[in-house]
Amino acid sequence: MIEVGLGHYLMLSAIIFTIGILGIFLNRKNVIVILMSIELILLAVNINLVSFSIYTQNLLGQIFTMFILAVAAAEAAIGLAIIVVYFRNKGSIKIEDISSMKG
Amino acid sequence: MIVHSIFFYFFSFIAVIAAIMVTRAKNTVHGVFFLILDFISVSCLFIMIGAEFLGMIMLIVYVGAVAVLFLFVVMMLNVNIKETTLTKVKEFKGVKPIGILVGVVIFLELIVVIGGWQFKENVLITSSSVVNQNLTNTESLGNILYTDYVHLFQISGMILLVAMIGAIVLTYRKKEGIKRQNVFSQISREKKDSVTLAKVKIGEGVEIND
Repeated sequence: MIEVGLGHYLMLSAIIFTIGILGIFLNRKNVIVILMSIELILLAVNINLVSFSIYTQNLLGQIFTMFILAVAAAEAAIGLAIIVVYFRNKGSIKIEDISSMKG
Repeated sequence: MIVHSIFFYFFSFIAVIAAIMVTRAKNTVHGVFFLILDFISVSCLFIMIGAEFLGMIMLIVYVGAVAVLFLFVVMMLNVNIKETTLTKVKEFKGVKPIGILVGVVIFLELIVVIGGWQFKENVLITSSSVVNQNLTNTESLGNILYTDYVHLFQISGMILLVAMIGAIVLTYRKKEGIKRQNVFSQISREKKDSVTLAKVKIGEGVEIND
């Protein structure tokens, strides 16, 4: 318990991943919170990759983490641009107002 | 080793609390602040575990770029704070139990995977990118990133380029009443459209037809 190993890091990443998932499911505020939850999920994936990379002494995980970082930045930029355009058109980004697809 | 454990529990506790606060914060700006706190504590974990380069890159990319981008958008959009507390909606009741159920099931699945997981045999020997202990983390990352994975690196650059162009195209807005330069019509203008030669008789002048 006191000795921190790979399992502790995996556990941390599982907890943060689940918080991100629940943040998407149970969110009733606005779309930006959903984007932040996606960032949390990607963060959890990064923790997983880095801890495996350190504990197996293999750099491949850290290389991959950098690519995930790049994709996360691109995704945040595009998502926020879409949100800005949506807000400009509809005047609201609250979840309950976004129901034009009746989903 | 005990210090390592204490730091791990400290940073991971802060990370988990901040992650919960990101999703639960009433004000979205506070949510972004907690997101920054989360990124910082996770990058501290990375530095502590021995991935210094990624920890620093995490600070630069996530805190310096992504979180500040979120902050800008949240502040520009003027999201109403008061109304969100009032509108606890009706159909939310149906979503909540299923959402919690699915989330808990995902968490349990992750626990099962972590608990039952084991190394494949010879995983250290078969891999090509084993850590060289004499080099620093940054140096060894650079050694394989610019040799074995250079194509993936360039593709990720292309992804960022596409994202940049896409964001510009999405948010670009044409304003009325501003005269812009139309390059195509300028280049395609020809002599016969715009210049005419006229013989002018003395004392009469020329008739202009526009």
